[in-house]
This record gives sequence, C-alpha cells and structure tokens, in this order.
Amino acid sequence: MFYREVGQFKTSYEADMAVFPIRQDRIGLGVILAIAIVIIPLFGSSFFLSVIMVPLLVLSLATIGLNVLTGYTGLLSLGTGAFMGVGAFACYKLTSAFPDVNILIFILVSGLFSALAGALFGLPSLRIKGFYLVVATLAAQFFLQWVFTRAAWLVNYNTSGAIEVPLRTLFGIPLTGATATPLMRYYATLGVVILLTFIASNLVHGRIGRNWMAVRDMDIAAELMGIRLLPTKLLAFAVSSFYCGVAGAMLVFFWQGSAEPEVFSVEQSFQILFMAIIGGLGSLIGCFFGAALIYILPILLRAVLPALGLSVTPATVEQLTFVITGMLIIIFLALEPHGLARLWSTGKQKLRTWPFPY
Amino acid sequence: MTSHRGWAQHKKMNVLYAVLIDPFVQMAGAPDLLAQTVWEGLVAGVLYALIALGFVLIYKASGVFNFAQGIMVVFAGLTLVGLYEKGVPAPLALVLTLLVMLVLAIAVQRLVLHPLVNQPDIILFMATFGLTYILIGTGELVFGGDPKTMITKELYLPQGSIDANMLGGIVTFQKLDIAAAVIAGLLIAALAFFFQSTRIGRALRAVADSHKAALSVGISLDQIWVIVWFAAGIVALVAGILWGARSNVSFALQIIALKALPVLILGGFTSVPGAIVGGLIVGVGEKLGEFYWGPLFGGGIESWFAYVIALVFLLFRPHGLFGEKIIERI
Repeated sequence: MFYREVGQFKTSYEADMAVFPIRQDRIGLGVILAIAIVIIPLFGSSFFLSVIMVPLLVLSLATIGLNVLTGYTGLLSLGTGAFMGVGAFACYKLTSAFPDVNILIFILVSGLFSALAGALFGLPSLRIKGFYLVVATLAAQFFLQWVFTRAAWLVNYNTSGAIEVPLRTLFGIPLTGATATPLMRYYATLGVVILLTFIASNLVHGRIGRNWMAVRDMDIAAELMGIRLLPTKLLAFAVSSFYCGVAGAMLVFFWQGSAEPEVFSVEQSFQILFMAIIGGLGSLIGCFFGAALIYILPILLRAVLPALGLSVTPATVEQLTFVITGMLIIIFLALEPHGLARLWSTGKQKLRTWPFPY
Repeated sequence: MTSHRGWAQHKKMNVLYAVLIDPFVQMAGAPDLLAQTVWEGLVAGVLYALIALGFVLIYKASGVFNFAQGIMVVFAGLTLVGLYEKGVPAPLALVLTLLVMLVLAIAVQRLVLHPLVNQPDIILFMATFGLTYILIGTGELVFGGDPKTMITKELYLPQGSIDANMLGGIVTFQKLDIAAAVIAGLLIAALAFFFQSTRIGRALRAVADSHKAALSVGISLDQIWVIVWFAAGIVALVAGILWGARSNVSFALQIIALKALPVLILGGFTSVPGAIVGGLIVGVGEKLGEFYWGPLFGGGIESWFAYVIALVFLLFRPHGLFGEKIIERI
C-alpha cells in the first residue's frame, strides 16, 4: 500500500545500483537504527540488554563473517569457533600488554590476528572444496582449540585457565569488566556491529564481492574470466576470520566477561553455521534473522514450556528444546530452503504489488 | 658469542633428534610396545571405519552428507541398553532396536529427504543437523541422559584378555577387541555381498551413479533411500554396541563421529574400501602419534592429529585415496 517505488525516478547509474534503491527501504533502515539506538536502551531492561541484545549482535557479527566465506564465496567452514577464539585471546593479550590503549581499538585489531590465522588455514581451499574443505577447517578448529587449552601464556597463567576480562574504560565510563553496565556494553557492541556491517555491505556489493560470488557460482569459470582464485579465496578467508575474530573478542569482553577455551569449541562453529544457513546464505540481513531465530528460540522455549502448565523438570525442558529446535530447522528448510532472508524478500515483493498478485 | 650460537645449534639438533629420530629408536627398542600400540590403533581404526562406513553408504546413495551418523550410533546403542533396562530380554531388545532403526529410516525418508529432494547439498546437510538435535532430544527424553553400561555379557560378547608372548615381551589382546574386529569384518563382507550380488544392491549402485538415470529405468528412489538409511542404521547399531562395550553409552560418544571425518577424507566420500583403509590409517596413526610424539607437545594431540594426517593426504590427493575424481565442466 505505502510500500511503492512509484514516482521515484533514478537519474544516475549510481542511484539505480544503490544498496537500497527504494526510498521506503532507506526509511525502514533508519527506523530500525533508531529503534536499536534509542528505543531499545530506553525501554529494555538490563536483563534484556545483556542476555538477549548483546549476544544477538555478537552472534550476528560472527554469522556475517561466516556468510562472507560460505554464502558469498561458497567455501564451507567449520572453523568459526576457533577463529573467534583467536580474536578473543589476541584481544586479551593485547589489552594485558598495553592497558592504556582503548579497548575498542584492540577489539578491532584482534580481528587482524584472526584474519592471519584464517588466511593460513584457508590455504588448502585452493585445492580442495566442498565437504572436503569442511574437514580441513575442522583441523583448524581442533588444533587451535588444543592450543587454547594448552598454552597457559594465552590466559596470563590464570589458575582458572580462563580469560578474566579486566576493567577498561571509555572517557572514564567502564566498558568492560564487572562494573560495566549492560547499557554501555550494548552501545559498544552496537557501534562495532553497525560499523562492520556497513563495511561488509560495501564489500559484498563492490568489485570484491562480485569476485567472491563469481568464485562461488563456478570457480573454474571465474578463473577463466580473469579472477585470480588464490587471492580471492584467501581474502574471503581473511575477511571472514576478521569478522569472526572481532565477534569472538566482543563475546568475551562485552557479553560473557570471562571465557574458557570450551566457549570456542566446535559446537560454536556449528551454531554459527546454523544461523548462516537458516538466515539465508549470501545475505547480510539474513545473518541477523538467523542469529535471532537460533539464539532466541531455545530461550523462548525454556520460558514458554513451563508456562503452558506442563509440570516438567529443567532437564526435560532442555531435551524438548533440542527436539523442537531440530524439528523447526527441518520444517524451515522444507518450507523455504533459502532461508529467512528469502522469506523477507518474498514478503517485500508481495507488499510492493499488493493488493494484486503480481 | 660462538658458544651461544653453538648452544642454539645444539638445542636445534636436540629438537630435530627428539622429533625425527628418537621415536623410531623407541619403537625399535621395544617392539612389543610398538605391537601393542599398533594393535590398539587397529581396533580403534575398525570402529572409526564402521562409523565412516555409515557416512559412505548414505553419501553414495543419496548424496547427503549425513551429519547425524554419529548420533545414530549413540542412539542405537542407547535404545538397546535402554530397552534392556526396561526389562526387555537382550535378544528381543536387539530385534526391537533394529525395528526402531527401520522406523527411523522410513521417517527420515518421508519427513526429511522427500520434501527436500533436489535441493543443494548444503541444505540436506543442514537438515541432518536438525535430525541430530531431534535424536539427541528424543534419546535423552526416553532413556535418560546418564551414561549407561553396554550389555556385553547378555549379547554373548567375550570378555577378558589373551596375553601373547611375542617380540620379546607380552602383548595383551582384549577378547572383546578381537570380537569387534571379527564382527566388523563380517558386517563389511555382508555389505559387500549385498552391494555386489543382489538386485537391490545393483539398484543402489545405479542410484549412486546417477539419480536421474536410475529413476528412468524404474528404480524407486524413495525405496532405495529407506534401504540405505536402514543399512546405515544397522552399521550404526553395530558400531554403537562395539564402542559402548569399550566405554559407556552416552552422548559424549558423538565426538567420535567427528573423528570419522578425517577417515572419510583419507578414503574418499564415495568409497567403501576407502572408509576401511582410512579408518585403519587414522586409528594407527593417531595412537602412534599420541604415544611416541605426543609427550613432545605436552600430550592430548589425539584431538587434532587425525585431521593433520588427513590434511597432508588431501594436499596430494584432493579426493581422498579411493574417492572418485570429480571432473568439472563449465
């Protein structure tokens, strides 16, 4: 009804090829940002901020990272958890060595270490692909996790064997550590996520993104068209791991406050992969949808099942959550194999032509 | 200065010696210990091979990378023990478990594979994740989440061990391990016979070659998928019994399923002999690596050593030892 592009004339190529060519989309984006920046902090309780919003943003960012690799470049990876771990440990070591530098800088810099690790473990991708590559990335996952557990140096020889996040401030306000308020942690996370999503959007819509997609659709054809495979694939690995690394650092510093190496286990990799596939491969907005569905669903189920009047033990709720999550994954895939992002765009298309079918 | 450099060089030589020479000296020095390690590796390898075999069966016939295979192993074992604990006699429990696996195969075909036919591989892969969750949840819901002991005695599996005097020492063979190797061998022989010499086996191979061509000569894909998933279920049950007899039956076993992945890589996703050879290589390589090189790295390298072996193989043979070479056309 109101979602129409009638009367919006494009007078330049740039305007026509813009990421959001329809004015209503741009307004919608503005509204979403306004909700995220103003409404949620205003009305959300600190429980909502720290248990729902911060994890959601962190996981979305990691999903964007994996989506760059799997959705845009077509390289399956199960090393996400380990690359997140590299970012987290790098950030911890950096901020322990240079406590005076702002933590936000280190969170971004730690992504570079993760990118390096990603590019290194991405080297076999030139020769192997598909499920064989999955196993190669699993090697990265298990090797790095072993390093995290073994090297006490990484956690400054803490007796707990875990990262213990120190107090770091921005303009005198605590950002990380025990005294940081959920609101500050939310704003810090949100800022980083908005910045990196903006960069990712520009990457995938530009020349680099087109190279990635050409490689995804058929790498031999892409090579014949003059795209150099090794740099393109390695860049995808590096960018993907950078995002995962930043997400890992934020996971520890803004969300959990302390982290044992088990946080970065293969289950984490699987979870992020679920989010990318359920959300929609090759779509940035899908990452947020996927993260929301997979992360919030169990929380909702845990809250809803006892409320239904079923007298069940917590263990039963946990098991039912497993069953229902599994069923929903299969149902979603059967209904819309291309993920929530496709549902979103179908919905928008329907809205554009409403009330006519086409 | 010179002395410092000499010291550094000395240290470097020491490291090289410890990595490249010393383990082999140890092996030659105590052949009985080596034999014991290799035997344990072989037994573990047989079990890896069984799990990998389930993967290969399904991958060949339906092109689905079945992540749930590891869970099916645990689920089958858990069902067997769970039924026994509920008072069902052991042989009947075995039959009932087989029935459960058949029902599972039919359900998977009806509810997962059929609606998702002709979708990209990754979507089907993802669907098996969903299946994994359902199986974990159901298994724990019905039989409880505590680790259980496998009913080895009731299934007439031998216990105890044989000490063999060989190679200047005593090598211990667990009777259970020998039985495991024999059972796995029989199972593989039966599967090979089934694939090579029966009508259904021929249909299975036709489906593995090309879905469309198989359909056009009148082979029912639905039926084949049920059969293949049931076969994978039987393999899972055997693997579940044998693994369960060595340790407890619990969902912690699922991590072993991930160990089957390097096995698959070594052997190739589409090769049954590959799964067996790959399993043995990974099993032996892992045990040798852990025993002789592990202490140099502070132990625990078992968790990733298999993957490194697999990666090294992949660099030279990107489709595994026996996998089909994929020819890509534009």
